[in-house]
Amino acid sequence: MAEICLAYVILGVTAYAIFGGADFGAGFWDLTAGTARGGGRVRGMIQRSMAPVWEANHVWLIFLFVIVWTAFPVAFGSIFSTLSIPLFLAAIGIIFRGAAFVFRGQAATMREAKVLGAMFALSSVLIPYFFGAAAGGIASGRVKVGNAAGDMIDSWVNPTSALIGVLAVVTGANVAAVYLAGDSERAEQPDLVEAFRRRALGSGLLAGLVAIGGLFVVRSDARDLFDGLTSGTGLIMVIVSAVGGAATLALVLTRRFNLARVTSGVAVAAICVGWVFAQDPYFLPGELTLEQAAASDATLTALTVVVALGMIILIPSLYYLYRLVLKGQLDQEFEPLDQRFRPLEAGGSPPPKAGH
Amino acid sequence: MSGWGAVLAAQDVVQTLGGGSQPDAVEARQMQALSLAVHIPIVCFGIAFPAMFLFVEGLYLRTGDETYKALAKRWSKVALVIFAVGVVTGTILSFEFGLLWPEFMASFGEVFGVAFGLEGISFFTEAIFIAIYVYGWGRLSKKVHFLTGIPVVIAGFTGSFTVLAVNAWMNDPEGFDVVAGKVTNPRPFDAMFNDHIWHEIVHMYLAGYIVCGFVVAGVYARAWLKGRRDRYHRTALVVALSFAALASPVQVIVGDWAARQVAETQPLKLAAFEGLTETRKKAPFTLGGYYSEKEGKVKYGIEIPWLLSVLAHHDPNATITGLDSVKASDRPPINIVRIAFQTMIAIGTGLALLGALFFVTWLRKKRLPKSRLFYLAVMLAGPASFVALISGWITTEVGRQPWIVYKVMRTEQAVTQADGLEIGYIFLVLVYVALAGGVWWLLRRLASTPPQKEVAH
Repeated sequence: MAEICLAYVILGVTAYAIFGGADFGAGFWDLTAGTARGGGRVRGMIQRSMAPVWEANHVWLIFLFVIVWTAFPVAFGSIFSTLSIPLFLAAIGIIFRGAAFVFRGQAATMREAKVLGAMFALSSVLIPYFFGAAAGGIASGRVKVGNAAGDMIDSWVNPTSALIGVLAVVTGANVAAVYLAGDSERAEQPDLVEAFRRRALGSGLLAGLVAIGGLFVVRSDARDLFDGLTSGTGLIMVIVSAVGGAATLALVLTRRFNLARVTSGVAVAAICVGWVFAQDPYFLPGELTLEQAAASDATLTALTVVVALGMIILIPSLYYLYRLVLKGQLDQEFEPLDQRFRPLEAGGSPPPKAGH
Repeated sequence: MSGWGAVLAAQDVVQTLGGGSQPDAVEARQMQALSLAVHIPIVCFGIAFPAMFLFVEGLYLRTGDETYKALAKRWSKVALVIFAVGVVTGTILSFEFGLLWPEFMASFGEVFGVAFGLEGISFFTEAIFIAIYVYGWGRLSKKVHFLTGIPVVIAGFTGSFTVLAVNAWMNDPEGFDVVAGKVTNPRPFDAMFNDHIWHEIVHMYLAGYIVCGFVVAGVYARAWLKGRRDRYHRTALVVALSFAALASPVQVIVGDWAARQVAETQPLKLAAFEGLTETRKKAPFTLGGYYSEKEGKVKYGIEIPWLLSVLAHHDPNATITGLDSVKASDRPPINIVRIAFQTMIAIGTGLALLGALFFVTWLRKKRLPKSRLFYLAVMLAGPASFVALISGWITTEVGRQPWIVYKVMRTEQAVTQADGLEIGYIFLVLVYVALAGGVWWLLRRLASTPPQKEVAH
């Protein structure tokens, strides 16, 4: 039973890393899109792509929390008390990200859109970093069992945390760029397809470099994690992730964005799964094994059944949502973000213009 | 420790994480209370608003009248914005469970957690379908579009049911044993379906309709007074008022049920409602005044003989447990609880009368009341219902103190040992102020768009 609940945890981490990560990655591209005018088209596409799905994507985080606090309550209490600083900062970021994104959708002047956009974009970069840093603290064995028993600072300010934080930002940006390139193609905006394609290639290469360099960081900072990632199932998952990343680059290069959506997700998923295998049999490395961390059987059984029944509702619902989205049925009219605030140029729609 | 009944077990619960008690749990409590006070009003809209706009869309499907469509579409857009804010404020709550109360979570997560599993699924369903509904206007067939709204209504109910189940469990904990200080043998479904959930869900569900109904009606009452009395505004006003006016008189009856349940399972909380020091028969109900700790009684209040016994047990001779049945450190803060309780009762009664007035006029004269005072009262009813809602929550939650799990775990045992709570607190206050400002600005922005735009395709 503990294994099934661990599988739910993996599902939550993975889905949030892919879908939540992609929304944060979109924020990264929003932040780096340049001036109001030059980046207006990129931002418009981001606004349009994220609007119908970001809330559902966000719920994976809640799903993850609920599973951990129900099935692994001691680990939950230990993690949240020791890592309270990065998690609090992520929580504050989540308020700003969500609220600013929704508010920007209703902005009436460029000034308003700029302020809200900056808030949305900046928090979109900080949130995955803090979550990644927290994950790094767990993976490197810095969370001790107890009420704030681990070091309040070192648990998230350390080489592994920095690595996973940066990796979370970069991979999110990569997945986002792939998705946005596909969405731009559907919206028939060739200049945006190119803009996001370039971003997908650049961030994909960067993610690969960070991951390879990161292995050395993990080797010196968290030897057990490194050993887990370079042997057995952990190693297989690392290879799957590398292949997924390489395939994504190739597919983006050849403009097959819909397949690239899948492979970029596989690359992220494999690393999440690999992490869990790498620290087997521990839930909190060096502190608490899965068996020790698990709640009583009655609870695990109840949770397993409840979530399984829930999935019967959720999977078709999510399928319906994403199908409508991918078929373009929930698409709003594409509009460059800056254009809402100025009259159309003479002659109707403005000339297509690359993001930079 | 004195030999002192059921509470004895309480002192035996050892913190699972071994943190030791934290006397300044007050900051953590205030942060949690602040976050709940921000989130709960939003929940009201999550409960009631989807049913309201779906009702109006139903009218549109039956009549084909574009006014209904414009209104349903407008309301659903507002609902989506409120939902988004609820997503982030609700997320903060789940962070706070761990950030503020790690001992509580570590000790009892396996007992009450399954209810949150159901809540997660409800929340997911709500997020998926509200997006499909709002972005699907004019994109899906009319019938399919209407149908995609139904899961939103259902999920709003099941989501609040499961969260309330956990709150009810904190007030009436069951579904586990305490052996040698350890929580064992969790029975998640016994915990979920405890004796308190039934009145809590009905009470809160009606509160959702009252708050949402009166706040929305207040917006259109203001427009009405400003002379905007077209079909669109009239429909909006009547629909919102009808929902609120149906719910508010019923709430009086449910409130009575809730009080009797509390009298049975949490007699001390009831004593705090009323500042009743000594256990006695023919207990009076004291209106107003304040409780003096020193003298152990309510001063400057108006005493109505027997009424408390009647309210709590429907029997003037019933015995009501007084505060002195436990030592002072086991009593909740009397004045906060009492004032909150009386505020809720007073406002609730007023809202019920306002609702009844609307209904009588509507049914007998088939029109809206004409008096300007009525519309001013409706405008006031929105914020007032909000105050009543928060007062009700203060009543039950502060009334539960000093326990986080009633008579099993003390709040100060549950709190985090991490430093810097006060920094987090200041930060959070600033963030909520900014958020409130943002929501206000946004809703005004939405309201300033003419409704005709909603159907201009």
